[in-house]
Order: sequence, then structure tokens, then C-alpha cells
Amino acid sequence: MTTPSHRTVPDVVAYDEAVARYDPVMGLEVHVELNTASKMFCGCAAVFGAEPNTLTCPVCLGLPGALPVVNGKAVESAIRIGLALNCEIADWCRFARKNYFYPDMPKNFQTSQYDEPIAFEGYTDVDVDGETVRVEIERAHMEEDTGKSLHVGGATGRIHGASHSLVDYNRAGIPLIEIVTKPIEGTGVRAPAVAKAYVAHLRELLRGLGVSDVRMDQGSLRCDVNLSLRASADAKLGTRSETKNVNSLRSVERAIRYEVSRQAARLDAGERVVQETRHWHEDTGVTTSGRVKSDAEDYRYFPEPDLVPIAPDRKWVDRLRSALPEPPAMRRGRLQTDWGFSDLEMRDVLGAGAQSLIEETVAAGASPASARKWWLSELARRANDAGMTLAELPITPAQVAAVQGLVDAGRVNDKLARQVLDGVLAGEGEPGDVVTTRGLEVVSDDSSLSVAVDRAIEANPDVAAKIRAGKVAAAGALIGAVMKEMRGQADAGRVRELVLEKLS
Amino acid sequence: MSDVTRLSAAALASALADGDVTSLQATQAHLDRIGAVDGAVHAFLHVDADGALAQASAADERRAAGGELPELLGVPIAVKDIATTKGLPTTAGSRILEGWVPPYDATVVARVRAAGLPILGKTNMDEFAMGSSTEHSAFGPSHNPWDLDRIPGGSGGGSSAAVSAFEAPLAIGTDTGGSIRQPGAVTGTVGVKPTYGGVSRYGLIALASSLDQAGPVTRTVLDAALLHDVIGGHDPLDSTSIDTQWPSMAAAARAGDISRLRIGVVKELGGEGYQTGVRTRFEESVQLLVDAGAEVIEVSCPHFELALATYYLILPSEASSNLAKFDAMRYGRRVAPDGVRDPSAEQVMAASRKAGFGDEVKRRIILGTFALSSGYYDAYYGQAQKVRTLISRDFASAFEQADVLVSPTAPTTAFRIGEKIDDPLAMYLNDIATIPANLAGVPGMSLPSGLADEDGLPTGFQILAPPLEDARLYRVGAALEAMLVDRWGGPLLDQAPRLEVGL
Repeated sequence: MTTPSHRTVPDVVAYDEAVARYDPVMGLEVHVELNTASKMFCGCAAVFGAEPNTLTCPVCLGLPGALPVVNGKAVESAIRIGLALNCEIADWCRFARKNYFYPDMPKNFQTSQYDEPIAFEGYTDVDVDGETVRVEIERAHMEEDTGKSLHVGGATGRIHGASHSLVDYNRAGIPLIEIVTKPIEGTGVRAPAVAKAYVAHLRELLRGLGVSDVRMDQGSLRCDVNLSLRASADAKLGTRSETKNVNSLRSVERAIRYEVSRQAARLDAGERVVQETRHWHEDTGVTTSGRVKSDAEDYRYFPEPDLVPIAPDRKWVDRLRSALPEPPAMRRGRLQTDWGFSDLEMRDVLGAGAQSLIEETVAAGASPASARKWWLSELARRANDAGMTLAELPITPAQVAAVQGLVDAGRVNDKLARQVLDGVLAGEGEPGDVVTTRGLEVVSDDSSLSVAVDRAIEANPDVAAKIRAGKVAAAGALIGAVMKEMRGQADAGRVRELVLEKLS
Repeated sequence: MSDVTRLSAAALASALADGDVTSLQATQAHLDRIGAVDGAVHAFLHVDADGALAQASAADERRAAGGELPELLGVPIAVKDIATTKGLPTTAGSRILEGWVPPYDATVVARVRAAGLPILGKTNMDEFAMGSSTEHSAFGPSHNPWDLDRIPGGSGGGSSAAVSAFEAPLAIGTDTGGSIRQPGAVTGTVGVKPTYGGVSRYGLIALASSLDQAGPVTRTVLDAALLHDVIGGHDPLDSTSIDTQWPSMAAAARAGDISRLRIGVVKELGGEGYQTGVRTRFEESVQLLVDAGAEVIEVSCPHFELALATYYLILPSEASSNLAKFDAMRYGRRVAPDGVRDPSAEQVMAASRKAGFGDEVKRRIILGTFALSSGYYDAYYGQAQKVRTLISRDFASAFEQADVLVSPTAPTTAFRIGEKIDDPLAMYLNDIATIPANLAGVPGMSLPSGLADEDGLPTGFQILAPPLEDARLYRVGAALEAMLVDRWGGPLLDQAPRLEVGL
């Protein structure tokens, strides 16, 4: 990792010292896998997690003679992303071939866009701890994903030391949009926070557009971080490193902090930052050197001759523009006001990816507070146990609202409601059906409650005496006994009333 | 039926329709002919006797069942080894694809199968269609039936040799810079390069994507038209395929009309550098058209002089990228590097490409890689694209003055095997008259115009039409062919040596 040197150069300097001496400039490249039904240039299904090499055909395997055909839905998604990022949409643009050899790239060129991106010159306003930071967008272009290599036999899963590699071409040809920012300057000490907020913002925006699963853990949203340091804000840009494999929001923040600290150590020592690709290691929290880019890799781009140019109809673009969803920040603000949530509560909602779920639950009749309670406590716990996102749980917002409806109607209490959720999640049907089939309804029939209360008083004469003497707080013990006998299916409030009536 | 192999495809189709012969008999006759002469001609890389006979039986059954039948049902065909054939080896003339059996059919092959034409086998070609003689085939050259010491043209010399040696009545070729037309010219057969986008490229192993076009290789203009109607038309699997309603080429060939035709003789495609006999036969054909009522003018296409240079930048550039996929990772021949223990994927790729590609392929990959390199792109590839536009403009303005343009197809008759193999530039010059059509995407036809007096070998007459006007080629070509055959007293190929004798 360190360059052999006659002097001892520290690997890193403390982050605060680094930003006190140098001005960081970032550029973020985000790759988004679109959630189209089929791949970018063929009819194969574009889904995650299938048996390796089952979703392939002559086109995405790059067999001799096969030809690409552009997925129109992917073009539409690209345009919508461009519009949501306030970009210009090209009147006419082409695909280009990016030529380089790699086993996970079937044709040994990637069909991408080069100097004619579909969207360019945009911006997006990012909320960073309550303050708006404008990030300028250089371009958003279409390309295809490569296959996925698995290096076997090495210690780290990396190619070095591996005995062989396996390639899964299911991912080859999945539509990708690469969103490239202009250099983000002037963020100073906040650079890591701004980067993290930008990626989180982008994720929310893309989720709102419905164009991608935006799962960083599954690689449907991937971030490369370019970073350079310069002596001051008016100095010319320094040499940058490009850090790849930054695949969580936390990693975006940490990787930038690390690169700032690492590059500062180089510069402090009077050394130069090497222009190179670096790899981020989530486990150790460091970046290591990958390919050196100093001899400028030559991809020999040229216009893809197997595809015709794309010339989006202006009226179509206008229609897509007018049908764009409300921008995330605006929507967030509106919902927070409507729901009366505090900033902290709203942040938890966003962090859990529950905003839309709560919105739909409220629309189905639940109060905002109850909707938030169910999604952020009970259901969040179950999703976490199952390794799923909230949205992936097999329960709909309407069903959650129905559960709350049962509570509001007094048919179940909170404890029983949790069992209703279990039933729905286990596929036992609608909440009302679960209550019936599991026999979870609260007993509100006073006669059977009355018998149980009498029995509890009889069994606990000491407690009863205390209550008669005015120690109402002791009632809890009798209520507990009744609830136990009723196996929880009683309205605790009514039991209390009966106990106090009988012992007054 | 005395010898069905001598029949044109149209005549064989009639005989099949009349019940004079079955497809099984006709296919067997062609397989027998292949067995008799292909040792000397070497038109085929792979003969699929069992498959062809099974398809022939199926064609006979289909005919027996009646109903609406394709005109060429049961007429056997040969396919250039550049088109993928499901279950049949496809090498594109290269060692690097030796042993590869495609899991899918090219669209042209699928259409041929759907129309019930039994596929006899795969024909020889210069490796990845790079050449004008088949001498660059990794599996040895094909031989010209007119003189077995001579080349049958290239890259589709296997298809032209098969058709001119009566091993097949029909063949499919591909034409990137003349690979259908020049072989047609030097073997006395007919070859057509359709309008770019007229025939699907899906499943044709790409040489240069923006230039490649598949087309018919036949002995008569009508046969070419009939095959064109089978393989042509829009294909959603090829983005560059033109979505339009094409007229019947066969109807145009049968109409055969040149009244009120304005013929433009291209000044830049003729004269110096063209063999005397080639020029003489060309001028005679032009005179025949004039005698029949056509008007002849001379047109100038000044940028055609840059066509060869332009072509040899665009073609290698695209080819260098198209051929990158041959890396021995997923299919084809894999070669381990010498003396390397546990070689990396990159080392295996390099060793396989070194062993699997021939010299001409390597030469063009190197050329193309250089032309696309950063710092050279604008001067080479970028500049070539600009000249290409100028060539298209030359065509456009010429077609304002003339309905069709004509020239000799190739500057010389068939040269001897080995004569130009060490001189790439001399080899490239064979395509000087055919290349402009590929650069502009216009359709072109070559048909026999006779034998050169000095060597008794066939010469070719090229007709070019505006984009989408392929039918015009057939209308004019069929009319000229009728006058020429009349003059010769029979098809030109009747004058070719009978190969069985003395072999």
C-alpha cells in the first residue's frame, strides 16, 4: 500500500488536520441498475439472484453474429432520470463502444455512451443537515452492465491469489445509467457528509421515479468516488484518485474521509498523489491501489455501428417531464407537515425507507402516528430478522391500516395485534380473517369477564383487601391474573373497571 | 431428368412443382456433385448430407400436403460459413472458431429453412471475410472452376465456386467491400449486395458492421431475385434493418425492362488499371443497352478515388472491435501460452488470439486499433467518416442524372492462387470498383459480361442503384442478361470446363 521510500511517510494524517491544510474536491459517479423487465439490448429477464447463467442469450453472451436492440423502456427511464436531475435531454445521441478486454465482458467492449450522453448539464439540490447544497450534474448516460466475476481460491475474493474465476453473465446487459457530477467544490470539512447526503438523495429520487431497486447491498446502486486535494480553494485541481466498490452510504462517507487523510499524508511528505483506481475495503476501512491510470487507458471509443441513433421525440420528453413525481425534498416537506412529525421522527422514517409505506398506510385510513409506530417498531424488527427491507415484507400498507382499525375498534389490543401481524406475514390472509381463524378477538362479554374477576378476587384475598382499603395501585395484580386466565384476549381497561366496581 | 445440377434454381423449382423431380433426388444429385468435384474445387468447409436430405424429405412432404408453397421449396442451397447455423459448425474461415457449433440460426438461415430450402453445407471464405481470393481461409483456398489454378474471388469464393461448379444452384454470400460481387465477376456468376439494411445481419459474424450486407450468389439474375425475396425484409433483431415494404425482386427480374433508362458510366471506375478484356466486355454490354434503347451518360464521382483508403480505415476500425470477442473464454479454440504455469485469463486470451488468427486478420486488427487510438482517431477514423459522407453525396448527385450507375465489377479476371498473397495492397485493389457501394449503402449487382479475349476468363458487369431501389438492379440486370445469353447462344457457364473430366 505504501510506496517504498527512504523516508517514513505516515499512511494517513488525522482528518481534521488534513482538511485544515487542504481543500477537497469530489466527483461522484453513480451507477444505477434499472429495474426494466428485460436487459438493455436483448429480451432476457433482468432480475437479481437467479441461478447463475440462466438468464442469457446469444446477444448478452456476445456470441458471434448476435446484434443488440435498444430497450425502449430503458431509454424512457434514462430520460426521466435526466429530467428529475434538471438535465438537458439530447435531441439526438448515439451509443458508443468502450473497448477493453475482460472476461466478464462478453464482447470485450461495453456498449455505452461517450461524447453524446442522453442527458447532460443538470443539477440537484441536496439537503445536508438542514442546509441545501446544489450539486451540478455533468451527465447521465446509458450503458450495459458487465457479468459478475467471482474469484475463487484467494484469501480476499480478489483476483490476486485466486486459483480460478467464475463468471455469471446474468448481470451482463442489465441496463445501467451512470450519473456523473461536476467537481463538487467548497464543501471543506463537510465533504464526506455532502457525498453521503448526495447519494442518499439520489437514492430517494430514483426510488420515487420507480426506475430502480436502488439496493446498494445488491449492487443496483453503486458509487465511485473521485477525490483530489489542493492547497486552497483558488489553487488548481490536484491529482485525483478514483475509489471503486463503495457500496453503502456509510462507506461513501468513510472512503472520502480516508482518501482525504491518505492524500494529505502524501502531500505533507512532499510526494505526489498517483492518478489511479483504488479499491475500498469495507472491513478494514482503507483503500488500496488498483490499476495505475497514469498512462491513460485508451478505450478507443467509437460510435456503435450496430445501433441507430436515438432521437427522442420532443413531445414525448415533454409528456415525461409533466408526469414526473413531486421532487423528494418537496414531498418530504409536505408529508412531514401533514403528519405532524418532528425532524427526528421524519429522519427515522426516511432512514427506514418507510415514507411511501406510511403514506399509503395513512391513505388506507390509519393515523400517521399509528402508521409510523407499526412500520418503525414491530415491522422494522421483523424485516431486520428476515434480512428484508420493509417494502419486501409480505404485508401491504392497507393490511397494516386494517390491523390498526381492529385496535381502534377495540376488537384486539396491541398485544393481539402483533399476533395478527404474524398471521398476515405468515400468509394466513387478511387481518380480519387472522383474528377469526386464530381466535384472537378481545373478550368484551362482561358475563365471562365477571366470572374471571370473581375467581381472581377469590384466589387473591390479600390483594382484594388492599384494594378495598383504597390501594387502587394493587389492582394490577388482579388484572394480570384475569388477563392470564383469558389468555390475553380481554380488554385490560374493562377488566380494571370490573375489579374496581366489585371491590369498591 | 438428365442432370438437375445444371438447372437454374427457377427451372429446378418448376421441375419440383411439376413433379418431374423430388427435392430428395435434387438434393442427392447436388451432394453427389459435391462428392465428385469438391475435392478439386474446395468450395465447402462442411457438408451436411444427412441434414440436407432430411430437409429435402420434409420439403417433399410439405409439397405433398399441398396449400400455399414457397416458390423455392426443395431447392438446395449453400451458405457462406459466416452465417450461424444451429447445430452446424460455423468457423468464418478461422481456426479460432474451429469446433464451435452455434446454438442459433442467423435470420437469413432461419428464413431459408422456413422457405424449405435444404442446406447442403457451409462454404469457404477468407478468414472473417478479409480478402479477395479465399487464400486467407485458415482451411485452404477454394479453386475457380474455370481454371483450378486460379482464385474464385473473395471473400465469398466458396459460394461462387460452389454455384459455378454446379455444386449448388444457390448460395448465400456476404459483401463488405465486394465479397459477393467480385467472386461473381471472376467465376461468371451473379451476385447481389442489397441496400444496407435490406437483409438482416443478425447471425452474420460481423466484419465491419456498417458495411456488411448478405445477399444472393446464383447463376442467373432471376435466381438471385428469388433468393433475395426469401432472405430480405425487416428483422426486429437487427436495429439497422430497414422497416419498409419491399417490392418483389422476382417480379422485377421477370419484367426485365430498360426502356427510357438513363445509364451513368462512372468515369472513376474504369480506364487505367483495368484489364483490356474486362474493359472490352464492359463496353460491349453498355452498347447492348444503348442498342436496346437506354441513354448513356458519363458521370463523375470524384471522391471515389478516396474510397479504398477510406474503406481501409473504417473496416479495420470496426473489425478490431468486432473481433475482440474471440478471446477463448466462452467458445472457440483455447490455447495455453507456452511455458507459463497457471496462466491468467489475459495470457490465455493473448495466446489464443495469436494462434487462432491468421496474418491478414492480425494486420487489420492492428490497423484498426491504431486508427481508433486516442490522438489518432480524428486524423484517421474521424476523417474517413467525413470522406464517407462525401462519397454518399457523389452517389446522390450521380443518381440525379442517371437511374443506374455501371462499371466493371473487378479490374481483372481471376488471378492465379499465390500471385498476390504477399502483396496486400495489390489484393486490396481488386475491390476498387465495389467498395464505394458499401461505403454509401447502395445496392449493387454483378453479372457475367463474357470472357476476356486475352485469357478466356469471365468478366463482370456491375450495376448500382440508389438506396432502396434494389428492384431496379433486377429489372436492368435481367434485360442485359437476356441479351448477353442470346448473343452467347446459352449461359456463359456452358463454356466452362466440365470438371468431372480428367479429375
